[in-house]
Amino acid sequence: MNTDLFSSAILTLITFAPLAGGLLLVLAPRRDRDIRIFALVVSLLTFVLSLHLPVYFHRAQTGFQYQVDKPWVSTPNIHYHMGVDGISLWLVVLTTFLTPLCVLISWKSIHERTKEFFILLLVLETALIGVFTSLDLFLFYFFWEATLIPMALLIGIFGHERKVYAAVKFFMYTMIGSVFMLAAILWLYAHTGSFDFVVVRDQIMSGAVPQFPAAAQWLFLGFFLAFAVKVPLFPFHTWLPDAHVEAPTAGSVLLAGVLLKMGTYGLLRFNLGLFPEQARRNAPWIMALALIGIIYGALVAMVQPNMKKLIAYSSVSHLGFVVLGIFSFTQAGLNGAMFVMLAHGISTGGLFMLSGILHERRHTYEISEFGGLASPMPLYAASYLFIVLASAGLPLLNGFIGEFLVMSGAFQDKAVYGILAATGIIWSAIYLLWMYQRVFYGKVTHAVNNSLLDLSGFEKLAVWPCALVALVMGVAPIMWLGAIDPAVQAALTPFVSVASRMVGR
Amino acid sequence: MMADLMIANFTPAFSQALPQSVDYLRVLPEIVLSIFGMIVMMLEPLLDESRSQKLLATIALLGTLAGLGASWVMAQSPGLAFWNMVQVDSFSIFFHVLVIAIAAVVILTSFEYMAVQRIRAGEYYALILFGTVGMALMSSAVELVLIFIALEISSISSYVLTGFRRNDAASAEASLKYFLLGSFATAFFLYGIALMFGATGSTNIDQITKNLQAGPLPMLAYVAVAFMFVGLGFKVAAAPFHVWTPDVYEGAPAPIVGLMSTAPKAAAFAVLLRVIFVIHVPGGLWLIWVAAALSMTLGNLCAVVQSNVKRLLAYSSIAHAGYLLVAFAAAPELGASAAMFYTASYAAMNLGAFAVVSHFANAGERYVTLEDYEGLGRSSPLLAAALTIFLLSLIGIPMTGGFFAKFYVFSAAMKAHLIWLTIIGVVNSGVGAYYYLRIMVMMYMREARKPVPVTLVPVTLGLALATCLAATIYLGVLPDSVLRYTQGSAQQLVHQAPETSAPTRVSANF
Repeated sequence: MNTDLFSSAILTLITFAPLAGGLLLVLAPRRDRDIRIFALVVSLLTFVLSLHLPVYFHRAQTGFQYQVDKPWVSTPNIHYHMGVDGISLWLVVLTTFLTPLCVLISWKSIHERTKEFFILLLVLETALIGVFTSLDLFLFYFFWEATLIPMALLIGIFGHERKVYAAVKFFMYTMIGSVFMLAAILWLYAHTGSFDFVVVRDQIMSGAVPQFPAAAQWLFLGFFLAFAVKVPLFPFHTWLPDAHVEAPTAGSVLLAGVLLKMGTYGLLRFNLGLFPEQARRNAPWIMALALIGIIYGALVAMVQPNMKKLIAYSSVSHLGFVVLGIFSFTQAGLNGAMFVMLAHGISTGGLFMLSGILHERRHTYEISEFGGLASPMPLYAASYLFIVLASAGLPLLNGFIGEFLVMSGAFQDKAVYGILAATGIIWSAIYLLWMYQRVFYGKVTHAVNNSLLDLSGFEKLAVWPCALVALVMGVAPIMWLGAIDPAVQAALTPFVSVASRMVGR
Repeated sequence: MMADLMIANFTPAFSQALPQSVDYLRVLPEIVLSIFGMIVMMLEPLLDESRSQKLLATIALLGTLAGLGASWVMAQSPGLAFWNMVQVDSFSIFFHVLVIAIAAVVILTSFEYMAVQRIRAGEYYALILFGTVGMALMSSAVELVLIFIALEISSISSYVLTGFRRNDAASAEASLKYFLLGSFATAFFLYGIALMFGATGSTNIDQITKNLQAGPLPMLAYVAVAFMFVGLGFKVAAAPFHVWTPDVYEGAPAPIVGLMSTAPKAAAFAVLLRVIFVIHVPGGLWLIWVAAALSMTLGNLCAVVQSNVKRLLAYSSIAHAGYLLVAFAAAPELGASAAMFYTASYAAMNLGAFAVVSHFANAGERYVTLEDYEGLGRSSPLLAAALTIFLLSLIGIPMTGGFFAKFYVFSAAMKAHLIWLTIIGVVNSGVGAYYYLRIMVMMYMREARKPVPVTLVPVTLGLALATCLAATIYLGVLPDSVLRYTQGSAQQLVHQAPETSAPTRVSANF
């Protein structure tokens, strides 16, 4: 096959393969087992296809690769423009990696409306990949909004007791946040005549956009608000615990693993890429919010009686690291932010799967309902410990590298940022290990827990890949950073005056 | 005295020969629809009542299809007809096709409704066809008095159609309310025409434009445009002229609400486009600005607290009139094109939504509260899925026509530097998501608490739904061809204001 042709079609294939699968499922008869197998095959196929990206990625090269650029609508000038760089590359792979695991973890737990569930999951995957691959602002907004519906439905139909409240809250928060981004995108289009990210960026950099200096701050805030709600940055985080607690396990995994990264990805790509000036000027208060998020998220996580809520708040804390790293404008900080995004996707995805497994057996997330689980469920306890340690940032596992890089970036920016952020790592060790202790150690406190089954085959298949990847990421981060670093350097070119000499390796 | 003056104005025209055959070609759709309307009306007494319904509906449907064909014939000979009273250009062709297609879909949804409600079908279908004649004529008329007549034709048929559920007090109330307020509003429009005549000495839009361009703008022209805006604002249900909407929508038969909320609106917007953009009174746009902002905000806020789906959709239609008006505040070319695209995609999604509501109400107007929609996703998944797509389009979610429509309107507004109006608009479309979402929540996330009978979707309704779905998705995925068409006709519309020739200003001695 002509490799050039394949290279230009690969992103389209990856993005729309799940959607095609979902549409085929619409026509499929309601035989649950076949539907599950089909969904698994489609998502695995997408994953395999997406592996093409890192394998043939030119690491030394900055700029976007695997580009495809076709006119879609002539006026307004909308293009079907896709491409990935070192930043979005791994987020695409993260999405395609987590989706098959979501299918596996839902194998037994979803037994009603199975067909709808897997259709929504596959449609969601397409929208998520589209967000990371689109380089046209319109296309980006298109996929951005498209993620809302399947996610809200997944929460609202397959969730737990307060699912409707959580689904509507999730939808409204993100919808209202993103309309400001829409206004900003429309302003940019009105003044540049293009939705193309690269074109718009070049025009801004060359100062060719009329009235830009006056509007830039508002545009920055328009984008920022949409992304801050999604990240979620303190104080826009209140939808997250509700959405997480009520969502089905697969929904939580994708929500924490990928949807939140849409926000940080957006900050990195658009707020830094289009408005470097304003990003620098607004950095102090954004970093303050990120630090509040890190510490506040951790403290609130500590006192949660509900395991899933604890993990949700830990996400607030971890995503604070990402934002801190991004707005430190240092190479180490940005590399770290990217790495935390990926690591958090893997380890929090794993944690949500594990707590989902427990919920399936006991129908509760209350930590006080458990205790001493290590003896009836040894494999489960070991896997849980592994993921907990990865999430807490134990060296040689994936959480450590990213947080270390972020903190070294933060230190370079201002020592106090680094010091405050470092406390976050201590907090995270405390709340995670304390939770682990209460759930797994000691004697079995409730007799019913004695008869809990250990991990089943499907569950092992879902959880262990996460553990494996967490280990590989911790031992050989260079495999990831090799592609990330050039992209990060390119993103930092406008900030080059302050870019640190330290290479984030 | 006014009549004298008007005749005086027409004198050169009257000296010409009788209408040419091409003149008739340029109103061919109107002629065809009228003929079919009369056939339906005259056949009805001859037929056995029990069997007449389907036959009459089929004839009416054929009439609309013939009307669409006639529009194509009409499109082959663009130009002015009947002494510059009617103009066939791509703008009027667009609205002809749109309005007639809406009528066709409404007739398709009425098959089932009429069977359940046992309404005598003759008048009903005839009135739909006659109303369509009025609406189609509104889009091609360039003579204000003719526009007024067309407006009355369409309004009077909708007043009657609103009250068609004779045994129901709500329907009678709706009809009376609509009639009283509606005639008040048309009076405003007429008054505006009179004032415009006073200001410029003409009732022909081209002539008015010429006369206005020739000299300093008379104050009276502003007042005239404002009065016409009031009259048309009522027809499109824009705030603050919207108070009739929820009551009328609640009382009227569901298929007719689908018609009322789309076709007369499209026609009124077509007139408004001509009045605003062709006559072009500069600086008078703050009025539209205020009406747009008010409609969006009031419509959305009131919709949030509704528990009756028909009322909810009524407030939603007020909000959508607001989004559409945003386009009117924008630059002429982009604005007109955005407004045309919006009317088309709004028609597709709203008609679809009302078709589902009409069927689900069991065609008996009984199951119209939000509670009745509980568990619909399980009991009739296809119907629920269709409604979901229409609602998503109304929210403005990608892949649907509603998304592109909003996007295009707001982008036109942004181009015209209407930053605040755009922000009000986008925030509103965020807030608006809430109440559409409520319907979806009811359908998918709640279990039915009381049994609501689910009836089979008849073929005709299925056809109507399929049409609306196809249009909604087509406009959302491949909007390019329609957008290009609307841009072309918008350009034509805006630039057809003739070059200022020698001012032939008739001095009006009022």
